[in-house]
Amino acid sequence: MPDIFRTHPVEARLAVVLLLLIVGLSLGTDTFMTMGNITSLLNNNAVNLIWAVGLLVVLIAGGIDISFAVAASVVQYVAAQIFMGIGGGNWAIGFVVAGALGICLGLVNALLIHGFRVISIVITIATFNAFFGLLMFFTHGRNIYNLPDWWTDRIFIFERQAADGTWSELNLSVAVMIVCVLATWGLIRLTTLGHQLYAFGDNPEGARRAGVNIWQMQIVAFGWCGMMAGIGGLMQVNIAQEVVPNALYGRELDVLAAVVLGGARLGGGRGTVVGCILGVMFVAITQNGLNLLGISPFAFQMIIGATILLAISSSNLSFGRRSRSEKAGAA
Amino acid sequence: MTTDPDTAPALRLRNVSKTFGGVKALQNVDFEVRAGEVHCLAGENGCGKSTLIKIVTGVYTPDPGAEIELFGHPLDTISPTKARALGIAVIWQDLALFPHMTVAENIAFDDMVGVMPRVSFGSRYKARVQAVLDRLNVPLDLNTRLGDLPIAQRQIVAIARALMGEARLVFMDEPTASLTQSETDSLLDVVRTLSSQGIAVVFVSHRLAEVIDIAERVTVLRDGKLVGVYPTEGMTQSRLGELMTGALLENSVSAQDRSSAEPVLVIKDLSRHDEFRGVSLTIRRGEVLGLIGLIGSGRTELAHALIGMSRPDAGEIQLEGAPVRFASIRDAIARGVAYVSEDRLTLGLIQPQSIADNTVISVLDRVLDGLGLMAPKRQSQLVSHWIEELAVKIGQPEDAVSTLSGGNQQKVVLAKWLATEPRLLILDSPTVGVDVGARAGIFRIVRQLADEGLAILLISDEVTEVMFNADRVLHMAEGRIVGEYDPHATSVPDLEARIYA
Ligand SMILES: Nc1ncnc2c1ncn2[C@@H]1O[C@H](COP(=O)(O)OP(=O)(O)OP(=O)(O)O)[C@@H](O)[C@H]1O
Ligand SMILES: [Mg+2]
Repeated sequence: MPDIFRTHPVEARLAVVLLLLIVGLSLGTDTFMTMGNITSLLNNNAVNLIWAVGLLVVLIAGGIDISFAVAASVVQYVAAQIFMGIGGGNWAIGFVVAGALGICLGLVNALLIHGFRVISIVITIATFNAFFGLLMFFTHGRNIYNLPDWWTDRIFIFERQAADGTWSELNLSVAVMIVCVLATWGLIRLTTLGHQLYAFGDNPEGARRAGVNIWQMQIVAFGWCGMMAGIGGLMQVNIAQEVVPNALYGRELDVLAAVVLGGARLGGGRGTVVGCILGVMFVAITQNGLNLLGISPFAFQMIIGATILLAISSSNLSFGRRSRSEKAGAA
Repeated sequence: MTTDPDTAPALRLRNVSKTFGGVKALQNVDFEVRAGEVHCLAGENGCGKSTLIKIVTGVYTPDPGAEIELFGHPLDTISPTKARALGIAVIWQDLALFPHMTVAENIAFDDMVGVMPRVSFGSRYKARVQAVLDRLNVPLDLNTRLGDLPIAQRQIVAIARALMGEARLVFMDEPTASLTQSETDSLLDVVRTLSSQGIAVVFVSHRLAEVIDIAERVTVLRDGKLVGVYPTEGMTQSRLGELMTGALLENSVSAQDRSSAEPVLVIKDLSRHDEFRGVSLTIRRGEVLGLIGLIGSGRTELAHALIGMSRPDAGEIQLEGAPVRFASIRDAIARGVAYVSEDRLTLGLIQPQSIADNTVISVLDRVLDGLGLMAPKRQSQLVSHWIEELAVKIGQPEDAVSTLSGGNQQKVVLAKWLATEPRLLILDSPTVGVDVGARAGIFRIVRQLADEGLAILLISDEVTEVMFNADRVLHMAEGRIVGEYDPHATSVPDLEARIYA
């Protein structure tokens, strides 16, 4: 156990805080620890976690992506056109189309970053604006309601009726989330590509000298993030029942905050899927708890901001201590 | 296939050249390594040693016309993965490891880089990693993050990583630069082991004693050109230094008696928990005080206390007669103390900035004009003065520091501190990775600065360095000063015997 605090300090501390939060809310409210609340938390955050694991891969590889949430909107819009064009479709076609469109948009980022050798934050801010501008131009900001039925019909993977007659259920998006999380974990922990991504984010020159293909790294990182953006976009429509061009605008920062809270390092080389899950959970439960306690939603923004500061500065403080003792050891 | 692979040399290079912009890093160099031999590559900073290694390993492409032959196979092109598949491994000067990954992940990393991505389970490579560490006979926790290890152990990780593939030719670019004597000895043992197993080792080092000790043959480069290949049998350090620099270098004791000059730094009974105890010493105007000690003797910790990086628990520090307590490094700099730290590669320089900007960064106030703006002319004068003094080999002062060879980067750090014109200069192992010629240059400047009245504390673990350059030598061990020597009254072997005892 103390080993985890040494190897993954951010994740371990976040887990402790989260546990306290859950215990506190369970005792402090009688609505938090209910089947209904827990299932709705899962339903409402499935898409965030899908995006979070996509973004995680980019962060590990030393990049950042601001554009994925807007890219998800683009995927929703283009996919809607395609489905109407082919006269419907089904879930299988839906996943392939949304995933492929997402990958394409991710590859635009990868291509620009690699081609111009410009840092990813600059490129993805540019594509963020370009994607959003194009989307508003073509949609005129109008929503799309006439979507194929399969897309908007609810599919439950779990249903249960409580004693008082209320139903609690889990959406398809939760199952998709689980698959995405496991796939990402497999990619970064079990494949050689994953090791290369960590190494490339950690020390790009060292990775290059070991023969890592830099172009391939950008493709994998941004392609994966784009694919997750597309799949998340697909599932978000299933939940919202409509395509609203600017609905996802701004979500990227919430997701980024959750991923960074979960211990992914801006600058690369560090970050875990478990941390990502904890980060998303922390953000979701804080928001949920404040709601249940009847506290102003603005407090939520402040709390998230303050925790990010705390998480980053405390990990930097411990790093400072370590590097000093390291020097003493090396002397 | 031109030659029989069994008798063919491990590596044969012909007519290798490499140009970076205007800099000719290598010109028509021939180089040959026999199978299983230990071969040294020697030359001054920036003569092209690292560049040669990068060409053989496919990091850089040579200029057209080069011929590369590995174990008898001529090669047209070479990439890092191909080089590794052919049995080449490298321990880079800057290690090129991954600080956030674990020891095991670092050692096994090269296995992760191949043409086809595939699944890889940690359990599968951990046993092999452990086997390599056992072969090197070093205990290391496989799950420690590399960034948490001291430099010497990271070096071991780099060597283990090189041995993971079935290497038949291992390049080591200055592997001993940041190691102490005893660590160096065990590394040299590892090199001998490799060589006895039929693995050829190309070894780069600026410590000539080491070169003569370990190698069978030495190839000398000067300014990117081949000087020649020599057997080390019967070779002396001064002859080798002469071949490298093209000039005769002589070492002699230069100690002078400064005991009547006024003291600049006086410390009395200085102690810090777990680091050093009851240290008293005096450095006078114009004096070079040598402080020699092994790793963990507390020499660097003492320097940290003197520069305000840590607070002593007890005792007194006096600077020019007045008691001082530095709150920070800035405070110490403001009072005329300068500290050239041990690990310059990581702490001293802003890599992407130009050589010129790095040199003047600590003396920005002296390159301002009447209006308080940067005066480019003053800056370039200052920069060219120090580049010349220290014989830094550069293309343009505007080039990024990261394009300099390792040794030349260290000279830039030295220039940066010398430019502050301090009253007390603390040099912590100032010649790590610096070539013989430049070492002589650095110590000539040190002596000259001392003659101008500067007080200098020279920390080192090389006996010859303090013997020939200090006025007095203090020996530190286990946090205490255990002896004081006059270089005129002792000899190198005598002092070595006491220190490495
Ligand atoms: N990427 C690069 N761009 C520009 N110049 C370079 C680059 N790499 C090396 N050089 C130049 O080539 C020359 C040879 O450098 P190299 O690193 O091979 O020297 P070295 O012999 O290894 O020196 P040291 O002993 O100091 O490590 C130097 O003048 C260096 O400035
Ligand atoms: Mg070098």
